[in-house]
Amino acid sequence: MSDTNEISNTSEQRRQFLKTSVGAAAVAIAPGMLMFDMAHGKSEAVSGKVRWGMLINTANCEDCDKCVKACNKENGLSGGLSPTDSQWVRKVELKDMRTGRSLALPMMCQHCAEPPCVDVCPTGASFKRADGIVLVDKHICIGCRYCMMACPYKARSFVHEPLHDQKPDVPRGKGVVESCTMCVQRIDKGLQPACAEACPNKSILFGNLNDPDSEISNKMRTQASTQVRADLGLDTGLRYQGI
Amino acid sequence: MANHSPLRFKNRVFYTLVAAGGLVVLMGLYAAHMMEGHGHIITGMNNQIVWGMPHVFAIFLIVSASGVLNVSSIGSVFNKPAYKARAPLAGLLSIAMLAGGLTVLMLDLGRPDRIIVAMTRFNPTSVFAWNIFLYSGMFSAVALYLWTMMEKRMNPWSKPAGLLVFVWRFVLTTGTGVIFSFLVARQAYGTAILPPMFIVMSFAWGMAVFHVAQSSIYEWNEKLLDPYVQKRMKNLMGVLVIAALYFVAAYHLTNLYFARQTGFERFILLDGGVYPLVFWIGYFLLGNLLPLLLIYHPALGKSKSILFASLLIILGGFCFLYVFIIGGQAFPLSIFPGYQVTSSFGDGAIGLYQPSLPEIMLGMGGVGIAFLITTIGVRVLDFVPHELPKSA
Ligand code: SF4
Ligand code: SF4
Repeated sequence: MSDTNEISNTSEQRRQFLKTSVGAAAVAIAPGMLMFDMAHGKSEAVSGKVRWGMLINTANCEDCDKCVKACNKENGLSGGLSPTDSQWVRKVELKDMRTGRSLALPMMCQHCAEPPCVDVCPTGASFKRADGIVLVDKHICIGCRYCMMACPYKARSFVHEPLHDQKPDVPRGKGVVESCTMCVQRIDKGLQPACAEACPNKSILFGNLNDPDSEISNKMRTQASTQVRADLGLDTGLRYQGI
Repeated sequence: MANHSPLRFKNRVFYTLVAAGGLVVLMGLYAAHMMEGHGHIITGMNNQIVWGMPHVFAIFLIVSASGVLNVSSIGSVFNKPAYKARAPLAGLLSIAMLAGGLTVLMLDLGRPDRIIVAMTRFNPTSVFAWNIFLYSGMFSAVALYLWTMMEKRMNPWSKPAGLLVFVWRFVLTTGTGVIFSFLVARQAYGTAILPPMFIVMSFAWGMAVFHVAQSSIYEWNEKLLDPYVQKRMKNLMGVLVIAALYFVAAYHLTNLYFARQTGFERFILLDGGVYPLVFWIGYFLLGNLLPLLLIYHPALGKSKSILFASLLIILGGFCFLYVFIIGGQAFPLSIFPGYQVTSSFGDGAIGLYQPSLPEIMLGMGGVGIAFLITTIGVRVLDFVPHELPKSA
């Protein structure tokens, strides 16, 4: 059993407490997974042997937004930037307050292994697939937005307006919450997420964190990488280099 | 005999009140209908301020619904006759406010049509799901309690039923506090002090609501409240207000104590624009200091000033929740500590929020529902304590 990606979880009391109900939660979530899979005409290859993740190298990330554009195109987002528009991935500019060093990076759902959004969701609409991808089942979400309150990364958007011209394989809907799906519709076809493919500098490395021989695992073994807000102990599926 | 005839509204007053309440409820429903059609775009809420005005109203109503039962608990659990006589009215107010608050919460959902989903699919790790259970349980518990009080045969059971309600409302208010306590990544929330703070605030707000309802009912029926009862209840309310204030102070001081929260506290208490203003003027000055003065100043403390104090305490409650809920979200999440952050999605920036008419109407609609249920309940059933009429 490879432990490459095991990040020591901080033993928060809260988490321990929640763990006791995880079995029951799985029961509640299973039908949701089924529905999502059906929506994609897909049921195999989603297994615990795989944990999809991304390693983002901020050193090469420059002043461009090709990943954002690719995401919008792939998932049928308007690309609008008002506070009520959905942004599944956004470019964040950072400046170290002590040294003044600047950098930029794409920020999106971190596909936490211990996702607070899933913990708090009253209906089980937020769920984690066996391969680690965290999704919202748009048929079950009641639009309470508690998951948005709970997500530490501001990864989620609420659909504030009726939608038009949707993409058939990316289910979305007014009044429900959505976020980066790591492009499940592509992954399930054996493709990479749109952002990873679009980055001209190959700053986004997509792969299986559970496979010790995958490129992403190799790189994480030999080079330093961090989780954003690692102190929260959420064991994120996205890792960053250079922050 | 006249002394013991149930207090009921005169016809004209009653129908006017029902019409007014009904109108407010209709406006709220209309707002909800608009929100369903157009989406939340017509509210002030957005991807940063995800909970807005409807939540301020709903949480006030739900928290006060629990607090108002203070009156019945003192009556049945601690056996104080003056309070016992008021227990049915407290129970009615509680059910009414719970109904109003829950309706607002439900109608604010992105998909209110899926409320059945919320009831049938129960994620046991979600505090929110527990709360749905707690709220519906509260209904049944209070209804049962009312029944044991109003039905003579059932009277012997009113004490255990009162105890059930007493315990349940603690759990309920704790649950409401825990909704926020679980948001560990948010600077404003995620602290263990929230559940007790909500409990104590619920006492103060509940007492104030009870006072307003009681005074209005007496006034419209031209009855006079026993000065002794008045004095006791007003003193209790004063103590509760002070206790709540203490918890709010403790909440902010604990935040200050942890270094990384000072930014948030600065924002909420000093330079956050509308939020410090609402906190200091609305909550602290109008919602606490002035009512305490009205209650404890020897020259004041008469029924008119108590009523005024109660109204101010309610206003203060709304101000507090506005700052707590909306101000708490407006302050940016600390995703990259130690970095200055900017993005197209409001990272590192104060969230903008402008409450819109539809969401205020929706919230008011919840108050309207509570008002209607109370008015009709008081008229149809004998919910009011018997005291000597003014004219007698
Ligand atoms: S980043 Fe946010 S939305 Fe994504 S899994 Fe973690 S908590 Fe959920
Ligand atoms: S908004 Fe939807 S996904 Fe989020 S917590 Fe509520 S029901 Fe779950």
